[in-house]
Amino acid sequence: MTVILNSEAMQRALSRMAHEILEHHDSIDQLVLIGLQTRGVFLARRLACKIFEITNREIAVGTLDISMYRDDLDLRGNPPMVKNTDISFDLNAKQVVLVDDVLFTGRSARAAMDAISDLGRPQRIQLAVLIDRGHRELPIRADYVGKNVPTSRKERIHVRLKEEDGEDLVTLQKEGFKPTAEDS
Amino acid sequence: MLWTRKHLLTIEELSPEEITHIIDTAASFKEVSTRTIKKVPALRGKTVVSLFMEPSTRTRVSFELAAKRLSADTLSITAQASSITKGETLKDTARNIEAMNADFVVLRHSAAGSPRFLAERLNASIVNAGDGAHEHPTQALLDIFTIREKLGRISGLNVLILGDILFSRVARSNIWALTKLGANVTLCGPTTLVPDIFKELGVKITTNLDDALREADVINLLRIQHERQRKSFFPNIGEYKLMFGLSNERFLMTRPEVLIMHPGPINRGVEIASEVADCPRSVILEQVTNGLAVRMAVLFLLNGVQPVATET
Repeated sequence: MTVILNSEAMQRALSRMAHEILEHHDSIDQLVLIGLQTRGVFLARRLACKIFEITNREIAVGTLDISMYRDDLDLRGNPPMVKNTDISFDLNAKQVVLVDDVLFTGRSARAAMDAISDLGRPQRIQLAVLIDRGHRELPIRADYVGKNVPTSRKERIHVRLKEEDGEDLVTLQKEGFKPTAEDS
Repeated sequence: MLWTRKHLLTIEELSPEEITHIIDTAASFKEVSTRTIKKVPALRGKTVVSLFMEPSTRTRVSFELAAKRLSADTLSITAQASSITKGETLKDTARNIEAMNADFVVLRHSAAGSPRFLAERLNASIVNAGDGAHEHPTQALLDIFTIREKLGRISGLNVLILGDILFSRVARSNIWALTKLGANVTLCGPTTLVPDIFKELGVKITTNLDDALREADVINLLRIQHERQRKSFFPNIGEYKLMFGLSNERFLMTRPEVLIMHPGPINRGVEIASEVADCPRSVILEQVTNGLAVRMAVLFLLNGVQPVATET
């Protein structure tokens, strides 16, 4: 098990991502963050806090569950746990930044874009991820990346966050891991 | 938890965790119906056949709308409009439906156990939409969902089921679900329609309606099932209304936060006074809304579940 990010490094990565998001938005009037269930939700809230610390402006944060939009529902053998979607604002003409913990095959991001399209027509959708581990299966890239981690498909990235897991830690587990749909 | 069932046949066979899992999933699906585009692609390309051998409006329409909101294709076969009236057996009807590659069969039938009969013979997922006086699982699930949404819990609540228990599949499914989740269930109604044997299910039976009304956190009213009563179980409707109807006077005895529920269709002025049916404590129409979310959740969960292989 290799440590990829400890608590301090995670904080720095998120601060940098918040600054990068602001650099790419001349105005943040239309900026909204949407976290993908489950850990993306906490990361989106943290980015919104960082943006508030920098600008003193509150950014709307939404929650998105992509289970109903997955492309592997028939391949899994068991249905995924569906969590709630809570986007209490109009998405039309917004500048959406999707937030997730790990970018792997890109299939979650694809599902998230489909879900967003059903909820409104944003002016732009961008993607922010804490870890980009490569192995894309779709033409998708992240606009904001906490850390790029070259991995083999057999390795596994574990993201642990205080809100869900009691600590902030990202680790890489070698070998003995068969990729499953959960990791896309 | 990991959902592993391919069919929804009874509440009796579900664990408390499975019931809670369906309710949790339904809560997420409820949001879909609040959107401008009330549709998700989860069951795209799947076919859901509703096979209704008994009259039903709300359950059939609710299942069909649920399937449509999940992007499935739906078709509906009702007894009056099918070859069933030409003497075809249930098994043959179902096999013909499966020959069209249906992925789900939603079955309502007057024979208890008919959904299991199909589940053992077809490859499709079978959903019990009411089998005789046996079970009506999705009705119980939507009742549980509504109670939890309104009162925040099931455990420890006093739930009064009032009316025709003997002929009611809704009562049976509700008793299973409520007792599994720790509610205190009391049954009340004409003694001919509330047999003592129900005590074996872990419920209380009372003839003291007034006390039961005062204690209840939830009152679930059941319709008199005229169509199932071949002989007379009580003198007449007027007497039933007098003895067991939730009149305005009786409603005044209930707790201020009581929930009034009814699976529908309601008989205004018989089991429930019109004013009570329309009062703020009545959640009868919310039950209909929640029924859609619960049926979406059920179809979503059953979809794609592979039966556990017996060989290793």
